[in-house]
Amino acid sequence: MIGSRKLLILSGLVLAIFGMAYGLHYAIFIEHQTLDRMGGSLGQAFVHAAERNLPQANSSLDDYAQTRLNYVRQVDAHSHWIGLAMLLLVLGLLFDRVGFSEKRRILLASSLTLGCVLFPFGVTVETLDRGKVPQAIAVVGSALIIASLAAVAVGFWHARESRQP
Amino acid sequence: MARREQVVRHSAISSASSDSLSRDFEPLSAQRLLVIGGIALITVGMIFGDIFAAFILHPNADRISGLLMAVTRAVAAHNSRNVQLEFDSIGALLENRGTKVDAHAHIIDFGYLALLLALVQPWVCFNDKTKQRLAQIFLIGGVLLPVGVVLIHYVGLTYSPLSTIGWASIVADFGGLLVILACAAELGGILRYLRRVQPVEPNLFPDDRSWSSRALLSGGTLLILAGFVYGAYYAGVHLYSLEARDSQLLRQMMTQASAGDSSSANQAVNDYGALQAEVAVSIAAHAHVIEFGLTAMLLALIQPYVFLSERWRRRWTVVLLAGSVILPVFVRMELRWGLLAGGIADFGGLLVILALLGMLAGVLRYTRKQDAAEVRP
Repeated sequence: MIGSRKLLILSGLVLAIFGMAYGLHYAIFIEHQTLDRMGGSLGQAFVHAAERNLPQANSSLDDYAQTRLNYVRQVDAHSHWIGLAMLLLVLGLLFDRVGFSEKRRILLASSLTLGCVLFPFGVTVETLDRGKVPQAIAVVGSALIIASLAAVAVGFWHARESRQP
Repeated sequence: MARREQVVRHSAISSASSDSLSRDFEPLSAQRLLVIGGIALITVGMIFGDIFAAFILHPNADRISGLLMAVTRAVAAHNSRNVQLEFDSIGALLENRGTKVDAHAHIIDFGYLALLLALVQPWVCFNDKTKQRLAQIFLIGGVLLPVGVVLIHYVGLTYSPLSTIGWASIVADFGGLLVILACAAELGGILRYLRRVQPVEPNLFPDDRSWSSRALLSGGTLLILAGFVYGAYYAGVHLYSLEARDSQLLRQMMTQASAGDSSSANQAVNDYGALQAEVAVSIAAHAHVIEFGLTAMLLALIQPYVFLSERWRRRWTVVLLAGSVILPVFVRMELRWGLLAGGIADFGGLLVILALLGMLAGVLRYTRKQDAAEVRP
């Protein structure tokens, strides 16, 4: 098995298993409690509003917004990790059809793998830190994926051209 | 004895060293189970998604808006008990929607994983029986998880030994665990293959250069690229502002209702509904275009197993790619064109389902042809 293919298939499978294990852990230990907290804080915000206790209502709404943001990011990270893992696997199966030298293919495969790890990682870190650093990690990850994928598309095309008689 | 050892050893690495397409597609082989199971899961997931979009999604959204209006009225009337009751109903509707979306996404993703695992079977260095068991475990888990997720809304905490997780969730989580274990074992099989010196690299699949295979591969790559670019644009330009607006509208709804300004509170509820719709269609367009791209690429790889004339394979390819473009584009247009765009999007989904069924029929014909050839003396 050529190195670039090996890298993509192994990292794809590891990432898929990690993403699923993360999802399973989240579903068992965090999700139900998070959803209860989200619904409870939103309901409480309006209950306090009905009681004309606006400071408490605003505080409950802030709690809801914070919990919801964390929930959305955690679900996003789970789905992106698995989705991107499947992309790595598909590309791994096809990587011998990318018409570049093996050295370039290794570079592309590494860049794709790095992007597929960094992007969901940045999204997850956003739940801990609202600063620019997690966003920057996610942006770098997604830029690496998009640029590498565009290069792979060119590689597929190049391979087809180079096979012409 | 030496011959027996040779046979056992050959059996252990049989698939890894085999370069025959038909050898790996024997009756009840792991590859056949995973290809047929994978396409079936994707098709069922898409049919479920289409039914959900057409009959549950929109009425559910209307009901939630109606309940939010009732909440603002209860707040204005200082009736905190009614507020809580309306929120309980909203919670039930959101759970209904959320579990259906989760089931739809997980069935299709397990279908993709099944197809991917089918394609890497020649590299999985276990004997045929173990590979078959792993495929069965994966497919059982792939069915249990979405079925359990759908049942969460209906079963709730009935007879549950736990305070937050019901039996349906436990079944779903067990399904997820089976899938993880099967994938981990497949990874172990590939690592085992890599540790051994292989005299000949097995062919994963024939180098199919047919028109349908090339069109699916190129189309799939373009769809995935388009989905990523759109996702990056959405995250960079809209995501944070839409999230901020979500909280802002809820606050507005709450304070206006509390102040007795019912028309402003109602306006905030309408704006909130529109915002939820905008977020939903953007995410749906992004997710679907990438999923259809993956579907197209995976189908490109299994075209040698689709026993149809090249003319029919072309037809199904065109139908699949057309549906893959129509659905996400018109889902995105739903905000402007309303139900008309929604109907066209559903038609796009139907095209993808038809193409998948057509290709599944081709795979089943291939298996029949192969089985008949094996029976013949």
